[in-house]
Amino acid sequence: MSTYVGDAAKAPKFQTAAKALVADTQVRHNVRHATDIIRQKRAKVVGEMADWEELRESGHEIKQHTLRHLDFYLEQFETKCTAAGGTVHWARDADEANGIIVGLVNSQQAKEVIKVKTMTSDEIKLNVALEAAGITPYETDLADLIVQLGEDKPSHIVVPALHRNRMEIRRIFLDKMNLSELGYKPEDLAAAARSYLREKFLRVPVAISGANFAVAETGSVCVVESEGNGRMCVSLPKVLISLIGIEKVIPTFQDLEVFLQTLPRSATGERMNPYNSIWTGVTPEDGPQEFHVVLLDNGRTKVLADREARETLDCIRCGACLNACPVYRQTGGHAYGSVYGGPIGAILTPQLQSMQHSQTLPYASSLCGACYEVCPVKINIPEILVHLRNKVVEQGDAPWEEKMAMKAAAYVLDSPERLERARNVGRIAQKPFVKNGVISHLPGGLDAWTSVRDLPALPEESFREWWVKREREGQV
Amino acid sequence: MTSARQEILERIRNATGGSTPGREAEYAAVPRDYTCAGSLGADEKLELLVDRLNDYGATVLFAKEGEIAARVAGALQARNKSGLLIPRDLPRSWMPEGFNFFREGATYEEVDASEGVLTDCALAIAMTGSIVLRHSAGEARRALSLIPDYHLCVVFAGQVVETVAEGVRQMRAFADIPITTIAGPSATADIEMIRVKGVHGPRILDVILVA
Amino acid sequence: MVAVLEKLGHTVEFRPAQTCCGQMHYNTGYQREALPMMEHFLEVFRGAEAICIPSSSCVAMIRDHYPKMAAHGDAALKRAVKNMLPRVYEFTELLVDKLGVTDVGAFFPHSVALHPSCHSLRSLNLGDRPAKLLGSVRGLTLVDLPDAQECCGFGGTFAVKNADVSAAMLSDKVRCVLNSGAEVCAAVDNSCLMHIGGALSRQRAGVRVLHLAEILASRDEKGVA
Repeated sequence: MSTYVGDAAKAPKFQTAAKALVADTQVRHNVRHATDIIRQKRAKVVGEMADWEELRESGHEIKQHTLRHLDFYLEQFETKCTAAGGTVHWARDADEANGIIVGLVNSQQAKEVIKVKTMTSDEIKLNVALEAAGITPYETDLADLIVQLGEDKPSHIVVPALHRNRMEIRRIFLDKMNLSELGYKPEDLAAAARSYLREKFLRVPVAISGANFAVAETGSVCVVESEGNGRMCVSLPKVLISLIGIEKVIPTFQDLEVFLQTLPRSATGERMNPYNSIWTGVTPEDGPQEFHVVLLDNGRTKVLADREARETLDCIRCGACLNACPVYRQTGGHAYGSVYGGPIGAILTPQLQSMQHSQTLPYASSLCGACYEVCPVKINIPEILVHLRNKVVEQGDAPWEEKMAMKAAAYVLDSPERLERARNVGRIAQKPFVKNGVISHLPGGLDAWTSVRDLPALPEESFREWWVKREREGQV
Repeated sequence: MTSARQEILERIRNATGGSTPGREAEYAAVPRDYTCAGSLGADEKLELLVDRLNDYGATVLFAKEGEIAARVAGALQARNKSGLLIPRDLPRSWMPEGFNFFREGATYEEVDASEGVLTDCALAIAMTGSIVLRHSAGEARRALSLIPDYHLCVVFAGQVVETVAEGVRQMRAFADIPITTIAGPSATADIEMIRVKGVHGPRILDVILVA
Repeated sequence: MVAVLEKLGHTVEFRPAQTCCGQMHYNTGYQREALPMMEHFLEVFRGAEAICIPSSSCVAMIRDHYPKMAAHGDAALKRAVKNMLPRVYEFTELLVDKLGVTDVGAFFPHSVALHPSCHSLRSLNLGDRPAKLLGSVRGLTLVDLPDAQECCGFGGTFAVKNADVSAAMLSDKVRCVLNSGAEVCAAVDNSCLMHIGGALSRQRAGVRVLHLAEILASRDEKGVA
């Protein structure tokens, strides 16, 4: 199967990874600090918008409409982009996409490429494929640079190095950029990145980017960013390759008016992000003279086919759900074992892998709904999580102890008499564990509760018994 | 043998039933109850733009028609610069005496070594403080407004719209050429979420607002 | 709940054949097992004028998911769900919306922090109904709960399947409860209360939990033991 999502298939179970991360106080502090700030910023700029709910509704409807007619819009995009001088390639899966891209870079005889942020490239493990072909990729997003130089993995969709503080970043830069000295302030670190990357921007002839939106009506591509490395990569080199998931297409240029409002406010809590680059095909005397789009499936058509989960593909990768999620807040992104973490990752990652891997991710949620509340395109993530849980169980992948326990519970709960009996048994069985009406320790797997919390004992007289007694004594 | 293209389209059609003739009507029926047109008067609109520009650290210089060259001179003096790069079609009347202006054709290294760039713009959006550049043949090619550390941009009051929707609809008219929207100097918050200005794009943005 | 409703002059009926709405199974992915529980529920409560439920998560299960489950069934099942939905009320909805009451004549001289459970906040949009009811209780001081909207970490089987994260979330919630200075933490869901109360008890924190209904039924200084 050459459809994969990074190394998600080999990642440990969420609860296993989470256990270690919950115990890591530096990660907990960094994640809490970062998510607190973005939440506040987002709340402020969203609060300014009297028409926020209307924008969300339109964003949702535009995306849903596009998915229903995806074949049409992809073909329209291809026609328009090609007419403007671009070349459109189609990749069924990660391996095919890597093959196409490596082939394109090789045809330039280029040994280096500069890359602007694209999670899609992490999804297909593009850097691994490039390096195997003797091509060196340079990440140019500051956070991705930090992650790359730190030989690490990204932990957030929008702020991938959120798990690193300035001391750690300084150490990484000193070591990997061969600097003799470096200040401690964020300004110093940003300046170091600027010098390090500038010579690459001006020299390297091939760039690889992703895209936030691909406009079918005009064949245009739009990249949304803050640092300027995106502008560098899409307008300076001779050759530009954009890797674009098929779900990124939107019907018309005008639709950008919705997403360019909801994306920056949701992602970084800004009214507008510093730079948006929009271009169509090739422009003589300005920018890359060769432009290639690689349209990627890699499991997306599977998600499309599941009507109940299809809206997973509405996602515009803003990261707001990660920031709002109380589970993400405790673990950071690495717990999900996927380039796509947090709530959206919990539904997208397993689906792209046909529900064969990352099966613990749909359970990495208390179903609180905070993600749905902040999603700018109104993806009902909690609904989809429950839907995917059902899929995991139906295909026989639930842990057998859980299956037994749930079946036993269902057996009891299906009948009032059995429930009554279970209560009576419970009242007897609990006796050794009850002190002062409270149970502090339960044996075996049940200790998952009592290791951290007390449990109130079953009362001597249940409500039912009280009611029946009351009726008998004619107190009604 | 099916091509990747054929196979992906087939997968899509199997998943959705394929696009239908009702597509256009369905698209037209997408609700758009968000704010499209602005409601501010001309002065208020400019005030909002200035407020947003200041908010993200751009300096705004005011000029009347005919004072542009003087403002340019003032900005260059204040920033200690002897000249700027300019796009091919920049109006001569904008360039004050006593400074050097270099037209298009520079290599990336030459652009990098320059003191900055002076451009016009296509439009500006008040609500977000955005400046929209249209990179047609006569206006600055993308590299020119990107590589230098200093960008001096002329915005006319008549070019200012209030909302993003109004802005995007105007942009649609020239969507066949590259477009860059700018809302502040380049920035990152990747280090402990502390916003740092100036990573790769111009770190200093001055705006001459002509009213 | 019975005490409050009877004091207001209503007849309360309890049907002992009831078991469970099926939420735990449905949310854990055992929708097949939840179906008979739904059918049983519909059967047990057939013909009831108003079905009052002191649990916002159960009401959310019924409102959000019973129609979905019924969609896979026959016309009779769909009809039964459609028929029943308008007669289902969460306890504060019944009091405030249906009975038009915010003052039930209660007395509870303690400081209370209200934890808005996720289902009450985001599924049922109970809004200020619980606060209004508590606000009318004589002697009661309602204190602000910091970060109130943050999930307590119970999440049904989540508390057991993802015990570490659940505990971490619980730790944050408990910290907020203690920071509020309240003597009592109240909610409209017993699941949250069992979870929060379990930690408060384990930590010997000196703060107790009560369901909103228990407070509304309180008539003397001791409240409900």
